[in-house]
Amino acid sequence: MSANKEPILKVEDIHISFGGLKALNGVSLEVNPGEIMAIIGPNGAGKTTMLNVINGVYTPDEGRIFFEGRQRPLKMKPHHVAEMGIARTFQNLALFKGMDTWSNIMVGRTQKMKSNFFSQGIYWGMSQKEEIEHREAVEWIIDFLEIENIRKQSVGMLPYGLQKRVELGRALAAEPKLLLLDEPMAGMNLEEKEDIARFVLDANEELGYTVALIEHDMGVVMDICDRIAVLDFGNKIADGTPDEIKANSKVIKAYLGEAEG
Amino acid sequence: MVESAETFPKILLDNVQKFRRSKTAIREKGYGIWQSYSWQDYHDHVRDFALGLASLGFKRGDKLAIIGDNRPQLYWGMAAAQSLGGVPVSLYQDAIERELEFILEHSEARFALAEDQEQSDKLLSLKQKIPNIECIIYNDPKGMRNYTEPFLMAFDDVQELGRKFGEENPHYFEDEIDKGTADDLAVICYTSGTTGNPKGVLLPYHAVVDAARCFIEFEGLTENEEIMAYLPMAWIGDHIFSYGEAMVAGFISNCPENTSTVVSDMREIGPTYLFCPPRIWENILTQVMIKIEDAAWIKRKIFHYFMSVAGKVEKIRISNNPVPMGSKILYQIGRILVYGPLTDNLGMKNVQVAYTAGEAIGPEIFEFFRSLGINLKQLYGMTESCALVSIQKDGDIESDTVGTPVPGVDIKISENGEVLYKSPGNFSGYFKNDEATKETLVDGYVLSGDAGYITRHGHLKIIDRAKDVSKLNDGTLFAPKYIENKLKFSPFIKEAVAHGQGKDFVTAFIDIDYGAVGNWAERRHIPYTSYTDLAQKPEVYDLVDEAVQRVNKSLSEDEKLSNAQIKRFLLLHKELDPDDGEITRTRKVRRSFVAEKYETLIDALFTGKDKVTVDATFTYEDGRATTMQADLKIRDAKIF
Repeated sequence: MSANKEPILKVEDIHISFGGLKALNGVSLEVNPGEIMAIIGPNGAGKTTMLNVINGVYTPDEGRIFFEGRQRPLKMKPHHVAEMGIARTFQNLALFKGMDTWSNIMVGRTQKMKSNFFSQGIYWGMSQKEEIEHREAVEWIIDFLEIENIRKQSVGMLPYGLQKRVELGRALAAEPKLLLLDEPMAGMNLEEKEDIARFVLDANEELGYTVALIEHDMGVVMDICDRIAVLDFGNKIADGTPDEIKANSKVIKAYLGEAEG
Repeated sequence: MVESAETFPKILLDNVQKFRRSKTAIREKGYGIWQSYSWQDYHDHVRDFALGLASLGFKRGDKLAIIGDNRPQLYWGMAAAQSLGGVPVSLYQDAIERELEFILEHSEARFALAEDQEQSDKLLSLKQKIPNIECIIYNDPKGMRNYTEPFLMAFDDVQELGRKFGEENPHYFEDEIDKGTADDLAVICYTSGTTGNPKGVLLPYHAVVDAARCFIEFEGLTENEEIMAYLPMAWIGDHIFSYGEAMVAGFISNCPENTSTVVSDMREIGPTYLFCPPRIWENILTQVMIKIEDAAWIKRKIFHYFMSVAGKVEKIRISNNPVPMGSKILYQIGRILVYGPLTDNLGMKNVQVAYTAGEAIGPEIFEFFRSLGINLKQLYGMTESCALVSIQKDGDIESDTVGTPVPGVDIKISENGEVLYKSPGNFSGYFKNDEATKETLVDGYVLSGDAGYITRHGHLKIIDRAKDVSKLNDGTLFAPKYIENKLKFSPFIKEAVAHGQGKDFVTAFIDIDYGAVGNWAERRHIPYTSYTDLAQKPEVYDLVDEAVQRVNKSLSEDEKLSNAQIKRFLLLHKELDPDDGEITRTRKVRRSFVAEKYETLIDALFTGKDKVTVDATFTYEDGRATTMQADLKIRDAKIF
């Protein structure tokens, strides 16, 4: 999309191993501002590991990570990474099941809350203004994701597809500069997938979010992504537009195996 | 109440004079909060949009097609079109393309106002076929960023054009409103039509405004009423209540956040004036019963005990006899323990007047809500009369009639038993259909097409559509809808179609209520996989059989209809669906269509077979469809 701009995220030569297993073997990636970028690859290729490295869950053995042009230390707590402006969703849902939809999304605003516990407690002055702002933002997201009818339902009771949507809402609530989505459409039926694909596109085009996602459904990836990076056994084997990836023989080999003869 | 003004735009100007910013006119729930608009805001929005339309070339007599859920902007669109001497035409938001195409073309609309992307897409896909649509305006810009069609505009942008136009033509809006008269056309409402194409009912201002005034006077409504605007805007019911009466009385219409939040939104508002078709009352009752069955033992006992108390008290109240002291005290206790909390939960605590109309309502359902202390009344009306013909009067209620004529309405019964009426709300004709007008409007009376009679107490009782009433071979009167409605009073039966014209006996197709029967089956540990599977369970047949027997018993008590008991029935493999053309959007059975489509099933019912094979199409969630054969059992019912 915007090739001449500086990438918002750049990881270079990332190595990480668990025991003897090399999960990532010198992988470099770039995410450009304003694009939807997908990381794909067969099972065990290192996709989720890559997201975990980016948002600080894992510390890589080697490599460099640049966010908005500045290098960040390899070892960093996830909530510090979140403060920098990187939000994510998880492959297996990580919601507060006992809380309602509204509260779960409000959790995403935590990083943005400035006033302290005590002034929030008496709801006065700045904290009052702040509270109203946060509530407005949460309601805006509820409207955006069309989940008004489950606003007050506890998320543990919701169908899986809706829980995924709530999780996306929580990530959006942080108003991140970079949104990482780990298999946002896993386990969904066609209609739910189309819904999420539409929300991701809207978030990107209408709200201007930069998105990096992992996804198994090739149809969706090819349809909505601007650029795709393919991992296989911890190595990046391709990087390019959907059309380039479709024609890439290495990718076909990784997915379908080598043709006989 | 404003008496002088004769058109809605003039009434709007009067309301602004009277209330200014001090009183809310319309609310919409958005972003979790009720957003209120005062009468001044209402006026300003209507003015800006009207002037915007004018600057786009909207002329007197032009039609504005409106499609979407109830939104303030769409009501403003109506008023804006009327201000310019134009005519709003509402469309059912879930109508299929063929119906939309017909109405859009037939109405000659040049402008269309759509709620959102979904509705805009429908209009855009039809634009090629309907060249008379020149401009499409959408309200919600979400998802519309990539649309580049030059004839597509946002509501806000049109208002912006209007503000500019207003600066150059400061008196245009008021001048145009001034030109309107009582005889001008106010609105065209298309009726869904059980046969053939929809008909455009022409309603002049004097009809709509007078009908609204009659309602307000009859019920003593004030500017302080709160109502929910949640019924389809294309339906005359919503037009009269949420737009007409709200304007004339100056009360508040509340637009829910979306269709799935109506129940909780209604609870927040606590409407004082409520209008629901029987289907909704039925649904509410079913929901209440399902939840009660899930409640703790003690709660269940208390609920059933006090509901039986309330039922007895209501029967005494309906017959206008004094309630004995003991029952009175028990009822008051019941009010604290059951009726109060329950009506509060349903959002009906503040209801002063509630209507049911459009179809017959089951006496049990009707009495259930009345016994809770909700003033539920039956109303009979049609699009052709602005919904105004007869209403049950307070203190004069019969559970199986539709009440007495509203003052100003004259009702006659023709020789062949058809109901004719002359109402202040009478229409002036069908749009571009003089033939139908001549057939329906005779000497100022509307031929309702309904068969009915006046009871001893002067109440109007509707039996069926006049054209559907026929005879069995032995001469017995066969009123299919009367029988079907009796069947549908069972919570387990969603839809039914009775057959018998020119036959020796009566048979019926029955559609189970998937929710209620499914719940019932789960409680009894009866496993099932789909609607088709559930419907063919012997236990479910037994369940429905009981309901059929109850109907037969009540038919046997009527000497005219005793031979029209249901002899054989089957449970259909699918729900009758408007998308398949089997019923209309307002859930009326299209008899000839059903008779044609299910000919083999009907044959099997009237011959001695005990089962019949049918081709059923199933659509999976991923969009694939397969055709499978299903065997439908046929059951003989007990005759009394």
